[in-house]
Amino acid sequence: MTPAVMDAIRPSRATVTAERPALSAPKVSSIGTRALLLEAPGAFELGQQKRIWSVADEVASWADVEEAVLGVTNLLVVFTKPPRDLEATRAALMDAWHRLPEKAVSGRVIEIPVIYGGELGSDLPAVSAYSGLPPEEIIAIHSGGDYTVCAIGSSPGFGYLHGLDQRIFMPRKTVPSLRMLKGTVTIGGMQAGISVSTGPNGWNAIGWAATPMFDLAKTPPTLLAPGDQIRFLVERVEL
Amino acid sequence: MIEVLSTLPLNTVQDLGRFGSRHYGVSTCGVMDPVAFVVGNVLLGNPDNAAAIEVQTFPFVVRFLADTSFAVTGADTAATLDEREVPPWWSSTAQRGQTLTLRPPASGARAYLALSGGIDVPVILGSRSTHLRSEFGGYSGRSLEQGDVLRTLDGEAHPAPWKSGDLGVVPPAFALPSRSAKASDNVLPVRVLRAGEYDLFSAMVQARFWATDWRIMHQSDRGGYRLSGQPLKLAAPVELRSYGLVSGIVQVPPSGEPIIQMSDANTAGGYPKIATVIEADLWRLGQARLGSYIRFEDVTYEHAVDAMAPVTAYLAQVRRTTDLFRSL
Repeated sequence: MTPAVMDAIRPSRATVTAERPALSAPKVSSIGTRALLLEAPGAFELGQQKRIWSVADEVASWADVEEAVLGVTNLLVVFTKPPRDLEATRAALMDAWHRLPEKAVSGRVIEIPVIYGGELGSDLPAVSAYSGLPPEEIIAIHSGGDYTVCAIGSSPGFGYLHGLDQRIFMPRKTVPSLRMLKGTVTIGGMQAGISVSTGPNGWNAIGWAATPMFDLAKTPPTLLAPGDQIRFLVERVEL
Repeated sequence: MIEVLSTLPLNTVQDLGRFGSRHYGVSTCGVMDPVAFVVGNVLLGNPDNAAAIEVQTFPFVVRFLADTSFAVTGADTAATLDEREVPPWWSSTAQRGQTLTLRPPASGARAYLALSGGIDVPVILGSRSTHLRSEFGGYSGRSLEQGDVLRTLDGEAHPAPWKSGDLGVVPPAFALPSRSAKASDNVLPVRVLRAGEYDLFSAMVQARFWATDWRIMHQSDRGGYRLSGQPLKLAAPVELRSYGLVSGIVQVPPSGEPIIQMSDANTAGGYPKIATVIEADLWRLGQARLGSYIRFEDVTYEHAVDAMAPVTAYLAQVRRTTDLFRSL
């Protein structure tokens, strides 16, 4: 079942919890002494992300939590000091996952004009070859999707997006591009993104967007926030 | 107040780090050797987190534009104030016009120059640390350059320097020797906790992870250490959904050669994680030189937590000594 279908059949009201898919246990693992990573089970599915958002909200209020860092269907909980009782802390995290409903989020809709292909979207031919679809169709599929911001991370203002059509999934590169330009519109595995800083990048470049993603003069400094909806507009195509 | 007379790239203003902004994708940054950094501040009566200069390329030369107490900690840089030798892990007071020179260290990678009051650069998202890749924090978001003038906070109001002379402390490398019996002198033992994907590696690859003397490759920097050795391959490649990172996490990219994420690392990534360097050994790793070797040691959670006690005790001892000296 595709994520889109899954979302369509699932009630979005946060109070309804009975409609969840069969619950397999999430994975909780240690990253050093001061961090635990909670990873949702199952596919990259928006419902799981909404549950992660709920857990993040609750955990942020726990004593000794320095920061609850959202990832893609996962949550890194960083503590100010090593938890005295690690097993109890793991259990509390697991309990929060099972107990909390999906977070109801009504994010903003943000439109991002993209120049597809060309020098700044130099991996478009590779994505085309991998998917077996012509570049025009890659662009149509990519710009036709509705994307949800799952988390901000990696670099300042970078949004991890859910909603990439599986026809244009493309594994990350084994050898990263050494100098990918800020604003590059990318595909990394089953994730879509817009790079926010110029530098090495292992994702596949299919276009470029001028929209600034991070501005320290603003509060918050990030354009995107978890729960926001992204639409890519075709500004120009260079094939 | 000081003026930079001579520097190479990559010397930056840092504090303990920019915590609490990972959810904006903002790296924590901060000093690579927090023990040396804190001792420098303690010697001067500064708050622990007062910003200092992390020097990792040498020589580094500054001129004092006002009478200023300073401390030099971390790697031994054979420092001199004009002609006079300044011992390592030492604080002293410079007169206006004097020149402080830090030279390439024989061992260790990074030295810290702390100034009384701490360096006055803008606080951005709760920290004065520089993040070079993001081009913000520290001094204009960049490496220090010749001619830069750095001011200190509350220079005048600050407690007067020692009346009875200079003060130094025993470096932690002596006070806290690395206790491994296994490792030879030129291989730094680094204690780690196993991480989420450890069990995905075959027993043979796991054994290789522990047995290998990993060389810190020259592409390593404050962002991360790239390690060279026989690759750690998974039976089938694993691509994880991006998750939050912390300093010290050891990831295994498809090439099989591990990366230890350090202060300037991105806040999230997707490579499988095999282990995490314990907090008590991060400062040692921060002083490991390019081209040197490290070996990983498997420890339990309890061991990892307890391992911080000697570091805390050492810092407490430095505080007591400093307070005593101040009261004389």
